[in-house]
Amino acid sequence: MASDTRMNDVREELVVVPLSHPWRWISGAVIVLVIAGLGWSMSEAQIQWEHVPGFFTHPVMLEGLLNTIVLALAAQGGAIVLGVIIALMRLSANPVARWFAVGYIWLFRGLPVLLQILIWFNLALVFQNVSIPGLFSVPTNVVMTAFVAALLGLGLNESAYMAEIVRAGLSSVDEGQTEAAKSIGMTPMTTLRRVVLPQAMRVIIPPTGNNFINMIKGTSMASVIAFLELIHAANNISSRNLEIMETLFAAAAWYLVMVSLASIGQHYLERAYGPR
Amino acid sequence: MALVEAIGVRKSFGHTEVLKGIDMEVERGEVVCLLGPSGAGKSTFLRCVNHLETIDAGRIWVDGVPVGFRASGGKLYELRERDAAHQRRDVGMVFQRFNLFPHRTALENVMEGPVQVLGRGRAEVRAEALTLLERVGLAEKASAYPGQLSGGQQQRVAIARALAMKPKLMLFDEPTSALDPELVGEVLDVMTSLARDGMTMIVVTHEIGFARSVADRVVFLVDGAVVESGTPSDVLDNPQQPRTRQFLAKVL
Repeated sequence: MASDTRMNDVREELVVVPLSHPWRWISGAVIVLVIAGLGWSMSEAQIQWEHVPGFFTHPVMLEGLLNTIVLALAAQGGAIVLGVIIALMRLSANPVARWFAVGYIWLFRGLPVLLQILIWFNLALVFQNVSIPGLFSVPTNVVMTAFVAALLGLGLNESAYMAEIVRAGLSSVDEGQTEAAKSIGMTPMTTLRRVVLPQAMRVIIPPTGNNFINMIKGTSMASVIAFLELIHAANNISSRNLEIMETLFAAAAWYLVMVSLASIGQHYLERAYGPR
Repeated sequence: MALVEAIGVRKSFGHTEVLKGIDMEVERGEVVCLLGPSGAGKSTFLRCVNHLETIDAGRIWVDGVPVGFRASGGKLYELRERDAAHQRRDVGMVFQRFNLFPHRTALENVMEGPVQVLGRGRAEVRAEALTLLERVGLAEKASAYPGQLSGGQQQRVAIARALAMKPKLMLFDEPTSALDPELVGEVLDVMTSLARDGMTMIVVTHEIGFARSVADRVVFLVDGAVVESGTPSDVLDNPQQPRTRQFLAKVL
């Protein structure tokens, strides 16, 4: 009988054979081989590896690094402020404000960043002065430096994305939270600041962190208008010594450092606003 | 003058008229229970008293002040939201789904109103908030987050949060409907002691036992209108209207 057989099995303490995973071993070996091959070809490459650390800390490269950081932080910071404003307009009871927000997002999200940067940089071709009649007037080519053009191009595009992220965050907070805040006499501003935004942050922070990482890399587009960010700095150095790959690798290392630091910051921010 | 006076209150959502001219008075210290089938407009009426909903017609006064308006020179001016917020300070509300602030501890939930709305000092408010938590039997849960509390505990914190504003009137919107049966008692006990202390309360509830033992008056609503009202013994034990009898036969 079946139950008898099972009893016997237990009594005789049969040897247990664990499931083997041959494909795990094979695929693992393939991956290691591919990496080893890539490493070997890198060592065989016609490149002066020993020059890379020197370019990494080259004064021009460091200036480019500083400009990259300033541009990324300014564009992202401005985009967050603008994004919150546009998101509030998008959710407002005023139909004009709602439509403006929809149009704003449509325009600045719809055009390539590179195109936006070029349009801002060349604005002087069609508008000679930036002015508010009766208040001030300045020549456009004085105001529209490479930094300002890159800031506007990157920041306005990002603000359209931020507006959608903030809107999703605000909408994710239960209506009951607003009602509870009202019921203890909170004004709309206090409700937003103390109750809704802190809870919306849980939804807002992860995509914002991803966008900031994209922003760091997106600053490289400012090189086309000769703004001295990392890529332009690398090109400046290599135009003199022709060590193109060496300088590009040095710039690449800086991008990885910045992105790693941003990821760590994002991790701690998410933990600070995480669920209790 | 009664603490709450409502005359001819009407409210529609879209084409559905939810309140069809409600008249009601609640005296100071009185406990009124609103009973009736779901969809009768009990919760909507309660939310109108707190101006969480605007009314389409009629008028509600709380302590002589028209809810949602400012009386001046023989006219009523509709309040902007900031000023409506000011009016709500005096009226506490407890929700079916608690609506505690999940990112703040029980103590912080209770302190939020006095500190952020009334601008009072944290130290003083903290002492009061701890006393309130003790009163609802949750002194030892002061540093717990809402997610760590049972439904009954959350609702008791919510009551303490409302009381922290020292309201003249407390509104309860089905405070035990979202609770497991064994947790209903602890919330009703807190509400009973609040009533004994003389708090004016309007309670939307399906707890007939609570209405019978605590309410001074029971108001029975059907389809957005008051069908019957009176002392609990009159309405619950000797209902005059067929609609009331029908309802009570089902829930008792």
